[in-house]
Amino acid sequence: MFRNQYDTDVTTWSPAGRLHQVEYAMEGVKQGSAAVGLKCKTHVVLASVNKASSELSSYQKKLFKIDENIGVAMAGIIADGRVLCKFMRSECIYHQFVFEAPLPVSRLVVQVADKAQVCTQRSWKRPYGVGLLVAGLDEAGPHLYYNCPSGNYYEYYAFAIGSRSQAAKTYLERRFETFKDCSRDELIRHALLAVKESLQDEELKSTNCGIAVVGADEDFHILDGETLQSFIDTLEDNKAEAKEAAPEDPASTSGGGEAGPSAGAAEEPPAEATPMDM
Amino acid sequence: MARGVKEHATWSPYENNGGTCVAIAGSDYCIVAADTRLSLGYSILTRGHSKLFKLSDTAVMASSGFQADVRTLQKNLEARQKGYYHQHGKPMSCPGMAQLLSNTLYYKRFFPYYSFNVLGGLDTEGKGCVYTYDAVGSYERTGYSTQGSGAELIMPILDNQLKSASPLLYPPRETATPLTEQEALEIVKDTFASATERQIYTGDGLEIVVINKDGIHKEYLDLKKD
Repeated sequence: MFRNQYDTDVTTWSPAGRLHQVEYAMEGVKQGSAAVGLKCKTHVVLASVNKASSELSSYQKKLFKIDENIGVAMAGIIADGRVLCKFMRSECIYHQFVFEAPLPVSRLVVQVADKAQVCTQRSWKRPYGVGLLVAGLDEAGPHLYYNCPSGNYYEYYAFAIGSRSQAAKTYLERRFETFKDCSRDELIRHALLAVKESLQDEELKSTNCGIAVVGADEDFHILDGETLQSFIDTLEDNKAEAKEAAPEDPASTSGGGEAGPSAGAAEEPPAEATPMDM
Repeated sequence: MARGVKEHATWSPYENNGGTCVAIAGSDYCIVAADTRLSLGYSILTRGHSKLFKLSDTAVMASSGFQADVRTLQKNLEARQKGYYHQHGKPMSCPGMAQLLSNTLYYKRFFPYYSFNVLGGLDTEGKGCVYTYDAVGSYERTGYSTQGSGAELIMPILDNQLKSASPLLYPPRETATPLTEQEALEIVKDTFASATERQIYTGDGLEIVVINKDGIHKEYLDLKKD
């Protein structure tokens, strides 16, 4: 993506029919540290890579609880994500107050998407620079959604966003069909292994990653350091098994890992396709 | 119509659904109890309605009065509790909830919640605490209290039996009861049985909740149904 005359305002179309500011916002998501989500029949797991801005600082928190049955992982401008979290929490509280029932995940993501769309059609606003992986459970079962700065949202069996997410996506694409029969603990292990793919030089420790789980009998919660470390420790034992179980079939990865009508996992869209359709 | 006599409204937005609530604080526990009868006039609407509401692991509210207002008040507080938890990363303490309840009630000073509340739980040090309210939010921390139809019958018994310091002493003393959890429970059951005998709005069933460091323990027993 290079600068051009049509990318100053979010309300300016390019002659090719693109809104460059929105696409730039989506680029921002790709710069953030990785976040991964996957689901099975009974649980949804979110994992994040936590970056610290310096050795002296604490790690950036990227996993947030929205309600007992819903949580998010984010990548990109975390401040934007925090504001969206506040909105999502208040929507859930409002719905519970009025209807005395939890807000279904699919409705919540639409509300977030509508809010994001507004910022793509006002000259005095800018798009949110954060991608949200929304994990939740409602009467229809477990869900994993991805909310985009463009205002689009997609449902997934498993997905990864942020920097070096392609490596995690490849891991997920190879195995996602086995996820639905996984147990909760197996799912957490897969999430950690997927996140591990996104770490380049670092070793996986409980300080530089985070895991959150939600299930039918389990409120959304973020795993504490000790539990997380014990999962990481058992990874070494099971890593060999997991690698053997993965089907050795790189040719069949088109559209794998994604449930929506999106194209493959290519980072750079071809020149004719409009990225917002993905 | 005589001159100078104002005509009064024939319709009231309020109803009284009756019921009695009790809360007793001990050194490391708190008991909150209420009967389960819902009445309207001389009729019984239901024998199995709970007046207790868990606000957090350390705070339980019991309310008698107009149940529509009670339910709305409960929902309001529940929503505020959730917001607090999201903002601060931890649930609201019982004293914090006590202040919130008072402010929420006074907010509607000129169209009040017809709700007579007692709030029971553990304070930040793990000691039992009870807060008692009027309909517009005037409140006080105390060692024990009752509200509702049977309050006038039950309060004197608690004053007599709980072995707490007198609330009339100056300087004020701690009025939490020195009794054990089991002894206080027996007194609660006896007082409700007595109130049920003499009071038409109290009866059917008794719901008791005990809050201590092990969590919240619920109990139910039958009361006379006449």
